Amino acid sequence: MADFGGGADLDTFRKEVREWVEANFPASLKGKPNPMAGEGRAEKPTADQEAWRKAVGEKGWGTPTWPKAYGGGGLSPAEARVIQGEFARAGAYNPIGGMGVMMFGPTLLEYGTEAQKNEHIPPICRGDLQWCQGFSEPGAGSDLAALSTKAEDKGDYFAITGQKVWTSGAQYADWCFCLVRTDPSKKHEGISFVLIDMHQPGVEVRPIVLINGQAPFCETFFTDARAEKKDLVGPLNGGWTIAKRLLQHERSGISGMGGGMMGPSLSDLAKKYVGVDEEGRIDDQDLRNRIIRNAMETKVFQQTAFRVMAESRGNSGPSAATSIMKNAGTWIAQERHELTLEIMGHQGLGWEGEAFDKSELEIVRAWLYGKAFTIFGGSQEVQSNIVSKRILGLPDLTQAK
Amino acid sequence: MAVLTEEQSMLRDSAKSWVQEKSPVTAFRKMRDSGAELGYDVAAWNEMAEMGWAGVIIPEEYGGSNFGYLSLGLVLEELGRTLTASPLIASGLAAASALILGGNDAQKGEWLPKIADGSAVATLAVDEGPHHRPDKVEATVSGGKLTGKKTFVLEGMAANVFVVSAKENGQVELFLVKADDPGVSRQKLSLADSRGAANVEFNGAAAEKLSGGAALLEKVLDRARAGISAEMLGAATQAFETTLDYLKTRVQFGQVIGSFQALQHRAAKMFTELELSRSAVEAALAAIDADSPDVPELASLAKAKMGDTFHLISNEMVQMHGGIGMTDAHDAGFYLKRARAAEAAYGNQAFHRDRYARIQGY
Ligand SMILES: Cc1cc2nc3c(=O)[nH]c(=O)nc-3n(C[C@H](O)[C@H](O)[C@H](O)COP(=O)(O)OP(=O)(O)OC[C@H]3O[C@@H](n4cnc5c(N)ncnc54)[C@H](O)[C@@H]3O)c2cc1C
Repeated sequence: MADFGGGADLDTFRKEVREWVEANFPASLKGKPNPMAGEGRAEKPTADQEAWRKAVGEKGWGTPTWPKAYGGGGLSPAEARVIQGEFARAGAYNPIGGMGVMMFGPTLLEYGTEAQKNEHIPPICRGDLQWCQGFSEPGAGSDLAALSTKAEDKGDYFAITGQKVWTSGAQYADWCFCLVRTDPSKKHEGISFVLIDMHQPGVEVRPIVLINGQAPFCETFFTDARAEKKDLVGPLNGGWTIAKRLLQHERSGISGMGGGMMGPSLSDLAKKYVGVDEEGRIDDQDLRNRIIRNAMETKVFQQTAFRVMAESRGNSGPSAATSIMKNAGTWIAQERHELTLEIMGHQGLGWEGEAFDKSELEIVRAWLYGKAFTIFGGSQEVQSNIVSKRILGLPDLTQAK
Repeated sequence: MAVLTEEQSMLRDSAKSWVQEKSPVTAFRKMRDSGAELGYDVAAWNEMAEMGWAGVIIPEEYGGSNFGYLSLGLVLEELGRTLTASPLIASGLAAASALILGGNDAQKGEWLPKIADGSAVATLAVDEGPHHRPDKVEATVSGGKLTGKKTFVLEGMAANVFVVSAKENGQVELFLVKADDPGVSRQKLSLADSRGAANVEFNGAAAEKLSGGAALLEKVLDRARAGISAEMLGAATQAFETTLDYLKTRVQFGQVIGSFQALQHRAAKMFTELELSRSAVEAALAAIDADSPDVPELASLAKAKMGDTFHLISNEMVQMHGGIGMTDAHDAGFYLKRARAAEAAYGNQAFHRDRYARIQGY
């Protein structure tokens, strides 16, 4: 059994966190999702939501393991888990999140200059500024390094021109971490990693409607948009290494979807929608077997996540193995969505209207959105290529370089 | 592909050309965007009826062409390709089968000609909960009045007459109930696949019995199952072909993505599944035309196999298109949503695997 830390110090800390949550978490938000997740971002936050964000932000507890010097909590992973546990216990969401927390922050902490970290990390820890990811382009998806958005050197700044696509949350973002071409004569070695202020005339975003009817992502057009020289992360033409690192953080974040599920278990849902036999078991043997399989896969996935965590302590963050976890986690999550739909039967096919309750309508949209899990952050095929080439050492016969 | 008679070939060709010209997927998109009350385009349905498609299985004396189920399957397959929404399955297939197999002369005379010329829409009202469980019937009839609730009635808003399963003296029977009866009320269902459906409540509505009881219900359902499988075959085939085209055109890493073996093998797998499914669907339809005793198992086989194949292909269509496949502007989402609705209709794969096993005595 792995040792995840514990002991008296943690108990003291747990007590401290519990008291702090009791004192600071507004009762009105109990059990509510983070308003920054999903479509809710379009609405103005309530006073309670703002207060909770500010309180957690000031403590640095939204980004507990990040260094205190930049506004993080400066805590150990064990202490971070205590915070997570206490928030969950109180029905409190972590108000600090988004791509800044999940991908950009950890990457900048590793590759940024002191000045860049001082400027950009604290607002992420406070939840003051939102970030979006300007990687994909119409012609550069899986082959990300084929990107063509160009950055022209204008002395003290770069002029950025080109089109990004599928930019999640671009319509709500204050900043974009972006891959741009600074040398057209090379592929991977001609890419730089720059930070672009989204609030300027050269930036235009057009939301794209998804198959689930919502519009969480955008086409993003840059026309002579300005990126300051000080906002170049890493060396000129050295962006690819940083991008790969960032993608590992993204993947490990996405893989987490395999680990758990909000709301009732599939088994409880099935008992409700399908009914039970004389022995109290789900009254559809075929469906029951597949639910059991998914539950067991989920358990094994969690065990693996814990094992990876235990083994990587002392290591520096995610590795190529995140590709395994991303595929495993997203496959389980997608299967869970399919099973949920099947369990609900006709009630799992609603689009809107009073014939369906809120959770039924939500699951249909979530099922559809979930189809993106195996596409974004590098598709399942790209992950499998990484596993077979970088981990298994199998030869690469494509022209992919 | 089944060996077709000359007439069947002509029927298929005319369906193919009408669908491609008059009812491409853009027509379905338009219907969805307009929020069409009935879940289909009434003008298009009228054209289909004029071409005789609503009467393909209906005897000539009642205004049909008596071409049989395999022929109707050819039309449904073509319509399925572009997701053309219409009451053909509910009315010209399922409800028409109930009347042909269980109606007396007066009932046939009253409804079949109107179904055949499209002036009336009829549909089955069988399920009572979130799942297709035709043996679980709570609706009852006494003194010729039907009371009960039916869920997920396809084309329930458009229907002029319902074919309703209900118990009379403890026995399951099918009854005709007119939609304008004061004892009928319906709630429109707005579904992910944008097709027409309703929950229907019967409160002492006047009911006329068809003859045949529970056996008739099963026969009718098997015809509906085989027919919707034909529609699914068309939709899955088109979803596959659209994806195949994309594999041949989308370039990443300086080569078309169809040159990656990881995708090639999955395309080959889909094609294989489609070929297998086609055999199952055509065999079920042909068995109905031959009035063969193995219709029940063949209908379950077709619906289960076709459901698995459409499920697979609809998922792969999105996956292999990458980001563009996730957008509402692309058609992939339509096929995905239609797949799940069609899978659930008249029994999903698990239902039909279980039924097949029961028939075989497993
Ligand atoms: C909901 C959503 C949100 C997103 N958010 C963002 C965002 O915020 N920022 C951002 O930059 N991007 C974002 N993306 C884009 C995402 O990263 C890309 O969609 C993804 O990288 C795939 O690229 P593509 O869409 O161009 O598909 P393509 O690369 O064209 O792929 C098409 C198909 O070919 C397969 N394929 C490609 N190459 C190979 C190969 N060598 N071997 C085998 N199969 C291959 C793919 O796996 C896929 O199945 C988002 C996408 C979605 C769906």
